[in-house]
Amino acid sequence: MPHIKLAEDLPGIRGAMAFRPETALPLNELVEVLLRGPSTLTPGERELIATYVSSQNDCFYCQTIHGAIAAHHLGGNEQLVLDTKRDYKTAAVSNKLKALLAIAGKVQKGGKNVLSDDIERARREGATDIEIHDTVLIAAAFCMYNRYVDGLATWAPTDPEFYRARGAKVAKEGYLQVSRELMSAKAGSAR
Amino acid sequence: MPHIQFPEGLPGIVGPFAFRPETAKPMRALAEILLRGPSTLSPGERELIATCVSTQNDCYFCQTSHGAAAAHHFGGNEQLVSDVKQNFETAAISNKLKALLAIAVKVQQSGKKVLPADIERARHEGASDIEIHDTVLIAAAFCMYNRYVDGLATWAPQDPALYRQMGAQMAEQGYIREEARPRAAGAAARNE
Repeated sequence: MPHIKLAEDLPGIRGAMAFRPETALPLNELVEVLLRGPSTLTPGERELIATYVSSQNDCFYCQTIHGAIAAHHLGGNEQLVLDTKRDYKTAAVSNKLKALLAIAGKVQKGGKNVLSDDIERARREGATDIEIHDTVLIAAAFCMYNRYVDGLATWAPTDPEFYRARGAKVAKEGYLQVSRELMSAKAGSAR
Repeated sequence: MPHIQFPEGLPGIVGPFAFRPETAKPMRALAEILLRGPSTLSPGERELIATCVSTQNDCYFCQTSHGAAAAHHFGGNEQLVSDVKQNFETAAISNKLKALLAIAVKVQQSGKKVLPADIERARHEGASDIEIHDTVLIAAAFCMYNRYVDGLATWAPQDPALYRQMGAQMAEQGYIREEARPRAAGAAARNE
């Protein structure tokens, strides 16, 4: 049961976002820029970074929904998402993405863990400054989203079909649509 | 030295904000709502939560700048800030704020550490659902800001006078502002 009274029909971060639409808006704007904005990293690659960090933080809702969004971007390849979560070093992803995932994993533990060697390795594999920046910020941001979701003890569905359907929808419509849905839900119910 | 190239002379988070204004905008908006927006917690109390979490994350720039902002809100009471950082349970703050700080430092470790007993204690001291929500999100958000600042190895000034000045500006003018030399550095990096 959630620690505070959240809408019962909205799972994970959506219940918390509906409770406080004022903070939901910048939270959704940030994730939209990071995971779907113009970038030389594909949306699928960026969702894999988000999924990996969420799995390191042991956040079931975030790793499952972002894993489903990643799989949708990657042509339904759920196995690749699983492989990346389990051991990205041996997964079928590029060496550049492996180097970026290594940075993300260090950020998850604490920013100071990122060393010059990690950055050099990513550069050697072709990563640009902005790709390194975005990787650090995606990892940092999911350390926020994961704590938000679990710190309020939000409700997470267990049915994989739920995540597949929702993942496909978010992959298509994006994160700003999540805020729009919450705004219209709020307008339709006297809170 | 920072891991990537920022405009020189910009301290802490200001460097990456100037490098990437697209992400700076929602990050600034979030800090503004959480720390200075309408709330039954005072801006000083909320800055103390941010400072405490940044201290637990060992982020020098964030704990010092937000500590200075908190002190400014509390009439320049730097001792209070340092007491809260050292041991908030014995500091001269309300029991409600102590209960909220106990939640915040658990969120810093992991969201799952927050237990019903922590929430009950906060409620018992008079905390509302929205105060609990905002405490969790402030703590979570500073786990992001701190990692952003340290994960890119940004430059942190050492001069306490500079932080006092920064803290006063944060407290009085808030977090929403145009980036220093917008796009210049980001554009250069993009053309590499």
